[in-house]
Amino acid sequence: MNNDKIEQILNEHQGQAGALIKVLMEIQEENKWLPREVLVQVSEKLEVPLSRVLRIATIYKTFSLTPKGRYQVNICTGTACQVRGSQQVLEEVQKLTGIKPGETDPDMKFSLETVNCQGCCSLGPLVEIDGKTHGKTAPAEIADALKKYE
Amino acid sequence: MPRINSTAELEELRKGILAQKDPNKPCISVCAGIACLGSGNAQVISAFEEEIKKQSLDAKVDLIATGCHGFCEKGPIVVIYPEEICYLEVTPEDVPEIVSQTVVGKQVIDRLIYTDPNTGTKAAHQSEIPFYKNQSRLLIGNSQKINPKSIDDYLAMGGYSALSKALFEMSPEGVLDEIKKANLRGRGGGGFPAGSKWETTRNAQPGVEKYVIVNAHEGEPGAFMDRALFTGNPHLILEGLIIGAYAIGSHQGFIYTRHDTPVLRKNLDLALTQAKEYGLLGDNILGSGFSFNVEVHLDVGIFVSGESSALMRSIEGMPPEPRPKYIRTSVTGIWDRPSNLNNVETWANVPQIINQGYEWYSSIGTERSKGTKLISLSGNIVNSGVVEVPMGTSLREIVFDFGGGIPNGKKLKAIHFGGPMGGTIPESLIDTPLDFDELSKLGASLGAGDMLVLDEDTCMVEMDRLFLDFLAGESCGKCVPCREGMRQMLKILTNMTQGEGKEGDIELLEEISGVVGEAALCSLGRSIHKPLISMLKYFRDEFEAHIKEKRCPANVCKELN
Ligand SMILES: Cc1cc2nc3c(=O)[nH]c(=O)nc-3n(C[C@H](O)[C@H](O)[C@H](O)COP(=O)(O)O)c2cc1C
Ligand code: SF4
Ligand code: FES
Ligand code: FES
Repeated sequence: MNNDKIEQILNEHQGQAGALIKVLMEIQEENKWLPREVLVQVSEKLEVPLSRVLRIATIYKTFSLTPKGRYQVNICTGTACQVRGSQQVLEEVQKLTGIKPGETDPDMKFSLETVNCQGCCSLGPLVEIDGKTHGKTAPAEIADALKKYE
Repeated sequence: MPRINSTAELEELRKGILAQKDPNKPCISVCAGIACLGSGNAQVISAFEEEIKKQSLDAKVDLIATGCHGFCEKGPIVVIYPEEICYLEVTPEDVPEIVSQTVVGKQVIDRLIYTDPNTGTKAAHQSEIPFYKNQSRLLIGNSQKINPKSIDDYLAMGGYSALSKALFEMSPEGVLDEIKKANLRGRGGGGFPAGSKWETTRNAQPGVEKYVIVNAHEGEPGAFMDRALFTGNPHLILEGLIIGAYAIGSHQGFIYTRHDTPVLRKNLDLALTQAKEYGLLGDNILGSGFSFNVEVHLDVGIFVSGESSALMRSIEGMPPEPRPKYIRTSVTGIWDRPSNLNNVETWANVPQIINQGYEWYSSIGTERSKGTKLISLSGNIVNSGVVEVPMGTSLREIVFDFGGGIPNGKKLKAIHFGGPMGGTIPESLIDTPLDFDELSKLGASLGAGDMLVLDEDTCMVEMDRLFLDFLAGESCGKCVPCREGMRQMLKILTNMTQGEGKEGDIELLEEISGVVGEAALCSLGRSIHKPLISMLKYFRDEFEAHIKEKRCPANVCKELN
């Protein structure tokens, strides 16, 4: 965790309750997840009750309160991707990684999530591994792609 | 950048920009829309940069990374101007050849142009490709010709002339009147007349600060046209918003947009900075005395936050929980002040209405649905992408002419509009025109304009189950009918798909739908049954087969076949 960076984000928004979501997002982008002690800091710096910070941090799926693996695997299960076969891709990835959506494997290698429409339905079924987009994926292809990650 | 202090200075600046542009200078336009980004256009762009340097063409050729060209299915797309030669599925390896042969040599590379999959006919120019032919790309057409990061490119296209016209030649009432007469209807789902909404906010709570807001949340799965337009031409929406603020008497605007589209955020931030530097935003815009500022707020990805009151809560920094419908946000919105919310595409229509007048605008479209509409075509369709057509265009034309029909020799079964709050119509109604009211009558409201094409291998029970499964994670959970009703509906449908459907399930679904539709607090809850009701209307036998015969006619539900 890069404390300086988090410190900097917090300082930029000191006392700005309205910037809560923005701050949580910036921290999550930096750290991939939101540790409890950071949420406490956010509450103090922004002068927002901790209960509200927790409420915001839990209502949105985007925020993670648990640590993430080295590689994030996002599988789009928006309807357009479903229609083009994302379920089969998801099943294949679950089989290969041994984890279900929302989980991280014990080696902290992969974290798996299903995500809503990413706005590029033309590329469905859509999979994102460590920020790289894989479009029009077939289960076998994604299996090959996953093997490349160490 | 110089600050512009009058219409004359704006026109002078525009003249200067145009004087530096040579229309015959080759320009390579590479699509940097979201889908093309996903299919590797970044490497294509760097390959062009390298090749241009290598062949020492820096001064002779322009290269722009643009917004979505529309034909996302075939990305990355590259268009070479001035000839408008369109290359599809371009790879970095193709780039040296494109530069030498086409940009310099003016030769068309056969392998990269469009080939009709049925007839084998080739089309080198964009205007000859069936996907583009006959579209009316009034809103999105410019996106492929400008660099969204350059305000000068937007000015060169005549940008901000509508703003200067509104500020200097029209009164706020005059602007409002124009929008009302144009009968511009909201593009975000409801089809509500924009003019009357503006007027409500304008007249509400005299003396109290008012707000205008862009809804760029675009949460419906299968909808991607707002992002495409906003990313590719941010100034267009901004110009519309400023004009609206002037008409309404607002000095503070908000843009509520997605956190997960970094290009959009970047282009938007840059657009705001540039507009401010030129004096098109901020204090005393163009020296007119009118001041207006904009703040960007990010949503964090929950569908209900696109609903007007939830969105406004979210801008206040509160959880996105809707308020009861009798509280009208146009009167009592952000911090209980009058707040006018419109969709991206609605705002984008404003500059052209001001520039060309309501008579011109209302000559396009149908009796009660005016103008063009952006459609995101997705699902089982050959040419998925963003299409812009006049209202009134038949669905057949959209699916078969622009969309190229259904892939893999399959038959069309149904078209679903409006995502999880929308409705489905069967293939037999394919000659229906694209029109807010015609579609509503059939039980499939147009929604934001996302059109999901379904082939014969689609199971309607499973389809509705998917919509409810999506919604279950996206409602705020505040009221019982929505939260619990949805859970029960989902359970019944899941049972059906697993061979455990019982006699009476359909009736029970209908009963729950009736209650939820009436008793839920916000439009989300009140719409969750809409897909189901439309599917029962047109595909009831399919639901019955799941229950009575334990059979899935489309062969989708694994436990049944
Ligand atoms: C659950 C829910 C989600 C919505 N999501 C969006 C959205 O993503 N974008 C949008 O423009 N409107 C959305 N709407 C509609 C808005 O509430 C609002 O009607 C619209 O933004 C008004 O703009 P318009 O009149 O220009 O269409 C949503 C409505 C509901 C009930
Ligand atoms: S209807 Fe659903 S989304 Fe709307 S307020 Fe009630 S629980 Fe929340
Ligand atoms: S549904 Fe997957 S990108 Fe739209
Ligand atoms: S994103 Fe490139 S054509 Fe749509």
